[in-house]
Amino acid sequence: MILCTNKMEYPLRSQCQRVQKQVMVNGEKERVSLLVMKALVSRGSVDAVSQQMATHPQYLESFLRTQHYILHMDGPLPLPYRHYIAIMAAARHHCDYLVYLHSAQFLRVGGDHLWLQSLEAAPPRLRLLDHINKVLAHQPWLTACSHIQTLLKAGEQCWSLAELVQAVVILAHCHSLCSFVFGCDVNPDFVLFSKSPNDTLPAFCPYDAANGNTNVPQSLAAPSEHRTRRRSLESSCEMVFLRERIQKSQEERDKREEHFLQTHQQTDMEEEEEMICFADPSRFITDPDFCYQEFSRREEDRFQVLRIQDYSWEDHGFSLVNRLYSDIGHLLDDRFRSVATLPSLHSPDLKRAVWNYIHCVLGIRYDDYDYGEVNQLLEPDLKLYIKAVACFPDATKTLMCPLSLTASKSSERIHINLLIMEARLQAELLYALRAITQYMIT
Amino acid sequence: MEKMSRVTTALSSNTISGKTMFCHLDAPANAISVCRDASQVVVAGRNIFKIYTIEEEQFVEKLNLRVGRKPSLNFSCADVMWHQMEENLLATAATNGAVVTWNLGKPSRNKQDQLFTEHKRTVNKVCFHPTEVYMLLSGSQDGLMKCFDLRKKESVSTFSGQSESVRDVQFSMKDFTFAASFENGNVQLWDIRRPDRYERMFTAHTGPVFCCDWHPDDRGWLATGGRDKMVKVWDMTTNRAKEIYCVQTIASVARVKWRPEKRFHLATCSMMVDHNIYVWDIRRPFIPFATFEEHKDVTTGIVWRHQHDPDFLLSGSKDSTLYQHMFKDATRPVDKANPEGLCFGLMGDLAFAAKESLINSDTNRKPYAGGDRRNPLFFFKKTDPTEQFAHVSSALTIYETDFDSNHMDWFVNTAQRYLLSGKPFAELCDHNAKVARELKRPQVSTTWTMLRIMFSDPANLPAAGLNHSLSKLGSLPLMNSFSMKEMGSGLGSESRLERSKGDNRQENIHLEAGNSHISNNNEENEETEGSDGPAECMFGDAELDDDDLYSMDHENQAEEQEYTLPQEGFQLRHEIVDNPSAPEHFQQDKADSPHVSGNEAEVPCLTPIESFSLISISQPLFTHHLPASFFCPIVREMLSYYAEQGDVQMAVSVLIVLGEKIRKEIDDLTQEHWYMSYIDMLQRFELWNVSNEVIKLSTCSAITCLNQTSTTLHINCSNCKRPMSSKGWMCDRCHQCASICAVCHHVVKGLFVWCQGCSHGGHLEHIMNWLKSSAHCPAGCGHLCEYT
Repeated sequence: MILCTNKMEYPLRSQCQRVQKQVMVNGEKERVSLLVMKALVSRGSVDAVSQQMATHPQYLESFLRTQHYILHMDGPLPLPYRHYIAIMAAARHHCDYLVYLHSAQFLRVGGDHLWLQSLEAAPPRLRLLDHINKVLAHQPWLTACSHIQTLLKAGEQCWSLAELVQAVVILAHCHSLCSFVFGCDVNPDFVLFSKSPNDTLPAFCPYDAANGNTNVPQSLAAPSEHRTRRRSLESSCEMVFLRERIQKSQEERDKREEHFLQTHQQTDMEEEEEMICFADPSRFITDPDFCYQEFSRREEDRFQVLRIQDYSWEDHGFSLVNRLYSDIGHLLDDRFRSVATLPSLHSPDLKRAVWNYIHCVLGIRYDDYDYGEVNQLLEPDLKLYIKAVACFPDATKTLMCPLSLTASKSSERIHINLLIMEARLQAELLYALRAITQYMIT
Repeated sequence: MEKMSRVTTALSSNTISGKTMFCHLDAPANAISVCRDASQVVVAGRNIFKIYTIEEEQFVEKLNLRVGRKPSLNFSCADVMWHQMEENLLATAATNGAVVTWNLGKPSRNKQDQLFTEHKRTVNKVCFHPTEVYMLLSGSQDGLMKCFDLRKKESVSTFSGQSESVRDVQFSMKDFTFAASFENGNVQLWDIRRPDRYERMFTAHTGPVFCCDWHPDDRGWLATGGRDKMVKVWDMTTNRAKEIYCVQTIASVARVKWRPEKRFHLATCSMMVDHNIYVWDIRRPFIPFATFEEHKDVTTGIVWRHQHDPDFLLSGSKDSTLYQHMFKDATRPVDKANPEGLCFGLMGDLAFAAKESLINSDTNRKPYAGGDRRNPLFFFKKTDPTEQFAHVSSALTIYETDFDSNHMDWFVNTAQRYLLSGKPFAELCDHNAKVARELKRPQVSTTWTMLRIMFSDPANLPAAGLNHSLSKLGSLPLMNSFSMKEMGSGLGSESRLERSKGDNRQENIHLEAGNSHISNNNEENEETEGSDGPAECMFGDAELDDDDLYSMDHENQAEEQEYTLPQEGFQLRHEIVDNPSAPEHFQQDKADSPHVSGNEAEVPCLTPIESFSLISISQPLFTHHLPASFFCPIVREMLSYYAEQGDVQMAVSVLIVLGEKIRKEIDDLTQEHWYMSYIDMLQRFELWNVSNEVIKLSTCSAITCLNQTSTTLHINCSNCKRPMSSKGWMCDRCHQCASICAVCHHVVKGLFVWCQGCSHGGHLEHIMNWLKSSAHCPAGCGHLCEYT
């Protein structure tokens, strides 16, 4: 087999040397930088989310693997669909950052830019997803068998079960990622700078990339890789970092001008891309007033709590999702496991309290948990914070960070946010998968 | 004690009778258990805890244990077990972590006896010791197993698995050993008297092990079932647990229960998706021995009604029903399985397997017409009297195809030589026609030629006309115009033209005379030939067709030579279209191959036979041009015809070459099907390059995405020979860059070429350039490298 003989990138050597130095630094930091480098090589930039997560390399690895799998690897949905679904999900929470990111990726995988004008311009099949998107994002307990039925109902615009499962996984992934973005206060401006003008090949597998199966512009790769390494080492010198970024963006802009002269057309497209991406995410959603409501208040009416003993991830969710969308179960399992076993200053009890509290506000109950513990372990302002991040991750609102968290190390704060993200992801998946199970039985 | 109970139960088993029956429960069941004498069953779930008596015709609710206005979570049962010696004693595992025992002998309405709330998390399983009356074991989500003495208020010992949640615990039948299965895939063996550490641990499954069950008779056998959809049987008598049987099911295995009195049978049910209960013969792991298909939702509990009766199975389900299944009413998938097997080999050989009896009884069977040899092979399975499978011995017959008549060389050759892209449409058609002709497939060849005529750009036609007018000799036979074109303005052609004014016989003689000359020209002109317009297309393949038609047509063309659109006439009749390119074939055959003599035999038929009627019909049609789309239905039929004839190669090749012109005409599924079949064949012939080309050229998304799968390439470090999976071009072990080019000192990521003498090398291009100017190795080792 011949591998890109005509695309061999000789200048990468200097990068390799740098890598060599880096490899000498042992342990965790090495792992982080390599992960980040992989992501970098595959996408031409390291997004701010990965940078934040880099404080927990073990988790970052499984996170990136899952994300890559659902967005770029084998699956029933076409690539532009996947990114569009991600846009829809992120728009639910007004997350400019993710909307931007996926809009760009959407265009890069050949999506129709008209779709980005509004949800109305998208194909009817995607519009059908809007309802389940809305429900999963804000009141997942409303997800019912009938929603699944509507989507799968035979007809021109019908979804297949496999497609739907992938769509649901992407939705849940992006919703929960919105929580993380909000909780960690990822500044969307960051991304705009880091976008590379040369990056036209989107779907590289990190592993391909690691094997050098790609050509990364050296000028771009080297400084940013340097940058991220630095970041992972010092972890929080925001100002220096920002300055570097701005400098970098300046350079990039210069380069882009050069680029402009060379390929007029492409730059045109990119400008368009950017223009679109700055737009209001609310165009991708309907019913913007629909938002989270207290679950407990409605419990009396008609909504049964979901008992984890009756429908759990390990026993039920995993088997179903893995059956309909192969391997995703193992990847998600890995995420849930790694977030639970992350080394942290927080006690296991606290972690469990956070996890169960989020599930509780989303209507999932554990028979074997004494919810009094939540109040003992979580201070009111922390509870408020968790609930805000899990249920109202809306970038248009400001977030009060509790004292206990601001005082602790940033890695601890990120850890809490990871917990919130995963708990929310699992909750949404459980509701969606339970509805699908019910559909399959009837 | 034990022996006595065995005797009594064995006796009572004679009295069991009943039928397949069910009853509705009020709520989904999580687990069921029977009492020792098989007369009652207890059903437990989140919202149900009831005892039913099993009567001849029906289940009768005997007792509701779930009492109180708002029952506590202690009543929410994950598991239940009826004591096998003390018939008033039951134990339940509650979802909130409580272990509860119930005494049916209590006079009050609430039968709750003891409550142990030592577990922090949900208790997944409770298990009474089969012989020690007061010993109860529990396994919980918190990773602990606890042993309770029912005479005491709290647990007597705690076993910590040091791994994840406990999913199942089972006492061994005869001693103090118990097995515990865990969520992380491990199985541990403990001695109840030694709580400090496990006796043995092994990894049984990937992912959680949901259940385990000791064999009732073979004390060393343990069956485990897991989320990885496997049931495994382990022999625990050896030093290391040895997997002796493995059954692959279609969904995660929630429960496994050995069938009484049947050494190799076990029943399983699934936790998700699949609602059936299967009984497996573990020696036949590919098809269930029996299936019970009554439940509408997942089966959550299965239990054999009596420990010495293999015919009654009870099951509870999430669909809120309780069933008694009779073994005789079970579905036997084996009966539905197809007992015959049939498969084509790569070279057209056919293998056929069927029951031996079937083959022998079929005396009228004729030997396969094309086959020259039969290879009967017989397989006999050793019969085992205990086995309930029907005695099957099957005969395998292999028919070989005739070596000459049906050899697949043509397929390989065609696949390799066809051009599917990269040239103008007409050239592709011509090339492929030529290939087919050379492989002696005249019909295919003609099809290609026709396609070119049909779909060529009309703009080419004037060029053809020009060609004709070049032959100023007016009434020349068309063949001459062709040869003239081919020969260009060579002197030879001039003289030849003059000489060939006469009849065709002369012409052919001439051609033979000028053999060498033509062959030269042929080689030179091959490239441009196709674009010269449709003139050549008028020549058909004479080998196939009737003399009449052939000559008619030929005459026809000779007469109508002035008309510049001769090919339009051909949709008149299919056969006619086939004919006209024959002379071209002749020439080429003569030029390229030694088949001249063979073709010569047909030359006489070129003598004109007049057929005026045909001319008069065809004439008007010559004057106007038909759009290419006119042919689409015909072509579509033609493609389907080829595909159905088994020549999917032709169908796909035409599909690719015609591209947009025909694609819309054929529905995507059919296209995909053709592509898949062709690619499959190509791959079986190991024609990887061709197969990849086809994949690349295909327009079906389902096909093109084949190239998107398994695109990862694993490499090993050239220094330490270890795989370098994760860290770019740096080996993480020896910290060296792998495969560095000796010329530019950069990492080689594409083609690496190295000298076998000194083993230095690098980028192909660099090494090539280097060795052009220098004879020594670029690495400076002094070796005189050679590049050939």
